Amino acid sequence: MSNKVPINHLRELESEGVFVIREVVSQFENPVMLFSGGKDSIVMFHLARKAFYPAKVPFPLMHIDTGHNFQETLDFRDWLVEETGVQLIVRYVQDSIDKGRVVEETGYNASRNKLQTVTLLEAIEELKIDCAMGGGRRDEEKARAKERFFSHRDEFGQWDPKNQRPELWNLFNGRKNLGEHFRVFPISNWTEMDVWQYILLENIAIPSLYFSHEREVFERDGVLYAKTPFLKMKDTEKAEKRIVRFRTIGDATCTGAIESVASSVEDIIREVAATRITERGGRADDKRSEAAMEDRKIEGYF
Amino acid sequence: MEEKVIERSYLDMELLRFTTAGSVDDGKSTLIGRLLYDSKAIFQDQLEAIERASIKKGEEYVNLALVTDGLRAEREQGITIDVAYRYFHTPKRKFIIADTPGHVQYTRNMVTGASTANAAVILVDARHGVIEQTIRHAYIASLLRIPHVIVCVNKMDLVDFKQEVFDAIQQKFHEFATHLDLHDVRFIPISALLGDNVVDRSQNMDWYQGPTLMYLLENLYISNDYNQLDARFPVQYVIRPQSIDFHDYRGYAGRMASGTFRVGDRVKVLPSGFTTTIKGIDFWTDHLDSITAPQSGTIILEDDLDVSRGCMIIPEENGIKQGQDIELMICWLGDKPMVAGGKYALKHTTNDLRCMVKEVKYKVNINTLEKDYNDKSIGMNDIACITIRTTKPLFYDSYRQNRVTGSLILIDEAANVTVGAGMIV
Repeated sequence: MSNKVPINHLRELESEGVFVIREVVSQFENPVMLFSGGKDSIVMFHLARKAFYPAKVPFPLMHIDTGHNFQETLDFRDWLVEETGVQLIVRYVQDSIDKGRVVEETGYNASRNKLQTVTLLEAIEELKIDCAMGGGRRDEEKARAKERFFSHRDEFGQWDPKNQRPELWNLFNGRKNLGEHFRVFPISNWTEMDVWQYILLENIAIPSLYFSHEREVFERDGVLYAKTPFLKMKDTEKAEKRIVRFRTIGDATCTGAIESVASSVEDIIREVAATRITERGGRADDKRSEAAMEDRKIEGYF
Repeated sequence: MEEKVIERSYLDMELLRFTTAGSVDDGKSTLIGRLLYDSKAIFQDQLEAIERASIKKGEEYVNLALVTDGLRAEREQGITIDVAYRYFHTPKRKFIIADTPGHVQYTRNMVTGASTANAAVILVDARHGVIEQTIRHAYIASLLRIPHVIVCVNKMDLVDFKQEVFDAIQQKFHEFATHLDLHDVRFIPISALLGDNVVDRSQNMDWYQGPTLMYLLENLYISNDYNQLDARFPVQYVIRPQSIDFHDYRGYAGRMASGTFRVGDRVKVLPSGFTTTIKGIDFWTDHLDSITAPQSGTIILEDDLDVSRGCMIIPEENGIKQGQDIELMICWLGDKPMVAGGKYALKHTTNDLRCMVKEVKYKVNINTLEKDYNDKSIGMNDIACITIRTTKPLFYDSYRQNRVTGSLILIDEAANVTVGAGMIV
């Protein structure tokens, strides 16, 4: 017997993620994989490709487009779809606004982040999706720490944190009634560091936003925001060019940049190892209240 | 496997999963907070939030227990509702903590957290010693066959760091543990609040020469935790690309449950019993020589057999048990009691079938570890020995030998919820 564990932590996490994705395809009839263009969904999609190779990924990607994305994210998404031949479904928050399903927030901190939930739930109902895989990780946020791999949602798409199914060994129970669906999180056990290390190990392509670049930014409440048409600046706020990168990629309205000269994945890993602020520390959507994520999750957020 | 050569030790760490068990106020949250804080897994913004919350509550120290506070309902009630997962790493290992609440009624959460753990950290309050809950925690660790148990005698600062207290608790634990199936038990005197023997060696207990908790977690010998002898490959999914390039490709995708398969091995496919040879093992674009638990991969067989999800590939010359009448230890998780004669859906490896509960043999009093042959009512958090009959034959190992092929769950067919965790005797 060898005195070393058969596989290292990244390969074990990879194996676990692949196992979960294969379970999804086996247990559900009409699954999709939610894709935001961020590193977590890119890694999750990479696992899906590995899980079914040499066959194609047997489910579509779905992007809930707020209309406030960085152009680099959309370009990357389209490149990846072209490159891998995966099917892509896009649903627009703008359509939900036009249909009067949601009302757009106003004011300086207006964001479409929360509105995505409605668009997502509408898409799930319209397309009869019975499972939506997401790139959520348990280390991201305290409400996520209690999330299952297979997370049951009732017919209103709601999460009931106090009544979750026990999840034992690797036996995932995806049984449900008509109209209900599941959210499944294949990379639940990964940390931000694991994701970056895996991107390095597997040489996975990611959007240029993650690397250091020059950009016009302005500061609000201690967060650096990109100057974009989507975010109204106050008279007192002044945009200036700085060398920045993004640690997470979400909407331009709620994703903060950090000043950084990290220009390779290895630079980023060194930076993440040294940094003392969580990656969601730059996310205005979480700062709204102590239980912001919990509230959004209960309503049916990603 | 052909690994791209990257000279970075952080790409090659081991993964250790452990569960923590303690009663209310044993200082479990403080201990986890301490591990995360001392290993720098708590970030500045999280720490500031905790400091703010501690001041608001008028507490003397920064309350590290607040790190593990999750849901609003929990913060309001000051309790933990559900299993929470925490992550930290040292240069040597990456750790996943399944943090389970300690209340009496939450046996089901502890079983859940224990099911995938390499190690259990059991907390004992030095002032109270071994109590009923300690016995319950140790019993569950033994029942779920967690390979390593670390008993942390906490709050040593409140008993003047006295060795006699520690020794007496150790002695008491050993007395009842003789009735259990624990193979590797360690004891550490700690103070989670002050940090003694958690990451840093205590200055207050020079009579203790053993390792700190962190040292132990980093150095526990875990490579034997998987069954390495019996190769088991439950087929999860059949890959058939039906493309021009891979016209005849037919691969069986899955994750090794235990042991190793190599290309050229003679194997048997269950339930048909047909034998063949492993022609190839693929993962992604790599052609592998072998596959070892817990790797995922795709196996290609020499002969064209009828193989689908739920089949299992085992070595030709290695027996596996099979049958429809199965005896198992069950931990009941459902809020409705188990129905004798009741029918349930059953999941075992990648197999879905149904079963009927035939008989309750005995119920375990988990506070005294006595077997009760009279009380046959099984409700939430009860643990019992039962027999079931399945709709078709099951291919299994005993849970003692194999935690993957020896475990199963029962599901309420009407509500679709998981109601039972079964370990095959």
